Amino acid sequence: MAVLSVTNLSVVKRDRLLFKNVNFAVKQGSLLYVKGQNGAGKTSMLRVLAGLVAADCGEVYFTLQNIKDCREHYHQHLVYFGHKLGINLTLSAVENLQYWCKQHQVVISVDTIFYTLAQLNLVGLEDIPVSNLSAGQQRRVALARFWFKQDAKLWILDEPFTALDTQGIELLSKHITSFLRGGGAVVMTSHQALRIDYPTDELTLEYRI
Amino acid sequence: MAALMAILKRDLALAYRQRAELMQPMLFFILVISLFPLAVGPEPKTLQLIGPGVIWVAAILSSLLGLERLFRDDFQDGSLEQLMLSSTSLPAAALIKVVAHWLTSILPLIILSPLLALFLHLSEPMYWALLKTLLLGTPLLSLIGAIAVGLTVGLNRGGVLLALLLLPVFIPLLIFATSAVESASMQLQYSAQLAIIGAMFLFSLALAPFAIAYALRVSQT
Repeated sequence: MAVLSVTNLSVVKRDRLLFKNVNFAVKQGSLLYVKGQNGAGKTSMLRVLAGLVAADCGEVYFTLQNIKDCREHYHQHLVYFGHKLGINLTLSAVENLQYWCKQHQVVISVDTIFYTLAQLNLVGLEDIPVSNLSAGQQRRVALARFWFKQDAKLWILDEPFTALDTQGIELLSKHITSFLRGGGAVVMTSHQALRIDYPTDELTLEYRI
Repeated sequence: MAALMAILKRDLALAYRQRAELMQPMLFFILVISLFPLAVGPEPKTLQLIGPGVIWVAAILSSLLGLERLFRDDFQDGSLEQLMLSSTSLPAAALIKVVAHWLTSILPLIILSPLLALFLHLSEPMYWALLKTLLLGTPLLSLIGAIAVGLTVGLNRGGVLLALLLLPVFIPLLIFATSAVESASMQLQYSAQLAIIGAMFLFSLALAPFAIAYALRVSQT
């Protein structure tokens, strides 16, 4: 079944048409890789898919329901990772993740959060303000969310590999693959070549003037 | 419910860590009010006449100073995006954030107000009237202010624009609040003014959360 499907999607940003009449469906266990050069509208597309921004034209459906009509249900099954990390720099990594889990009604123990952060190579950095961490470490903290939401059916990742080291990229790629094998659907963008050992659907956005 | 409690706790914890930033509007409030006795002279009658107005104007200005904090950081670091993508209802979350903001940046001003009433020679009935108008009126400042912050948070420099948008809107509140204190100074009833301020507060309490949520969604584009 299609987890996410899109009909006749068009987005205009500051009088510039980013893309027009895009149609696609992302099925369970499939990965959609959105490609395109800078400014082609990849981020705008992902924000529309996540329901952060309304499309100028066209509809987005989550499991055949329009996301406008099932916003809460959709967001319960979605994890979104955007350009902005959603991490407060004054709070510590553990606090950030605890508050995120509570907001998203994810029940999780503090031990699990510590364990996940350890997996992400952040041992000893769990309870200092995130502002003291490096850019890559901050992204790791934000990426930890993908380990928590068990009932997620769709992940949307916008440039997840930026600022990560090779070990981090490998860790995330493996995690994405195991999510796909478990029947999840993933939509992502990346400027690096994907190192994911899994069949990939591609969608290329052209830069329009 | 647990999600909303978590938002309240988070905002209170953040306010505590950024307490230096919170102190600034409070010090501004004290300084502005202490300038008046110096500028217009220590004559008790004059001070009593201008006192309620001065305290209210200073309260409005200093609440504007701290208002941007309400959504600015969350918007910039993306926490607001994540909040919108949770199944928590956005109007309820916005209301909780306004409550946290009122508790951390307006309530201290009200707690300081007896000291300032002393500076301005307010009589005891005047002080009680002032306190009641502040308690009923300042939540209104936060609620209406939050709508404007929601609208301007996407612009990088919303500071002065915020004041220009909001000051005219606060005029009715200012008129009724100062008129209540004036009535109190003449030993008259002032429940009518309080009732009007209360009605404005309840009206905005019912509708503002939806307006704030809408403004925040608009800011995402």
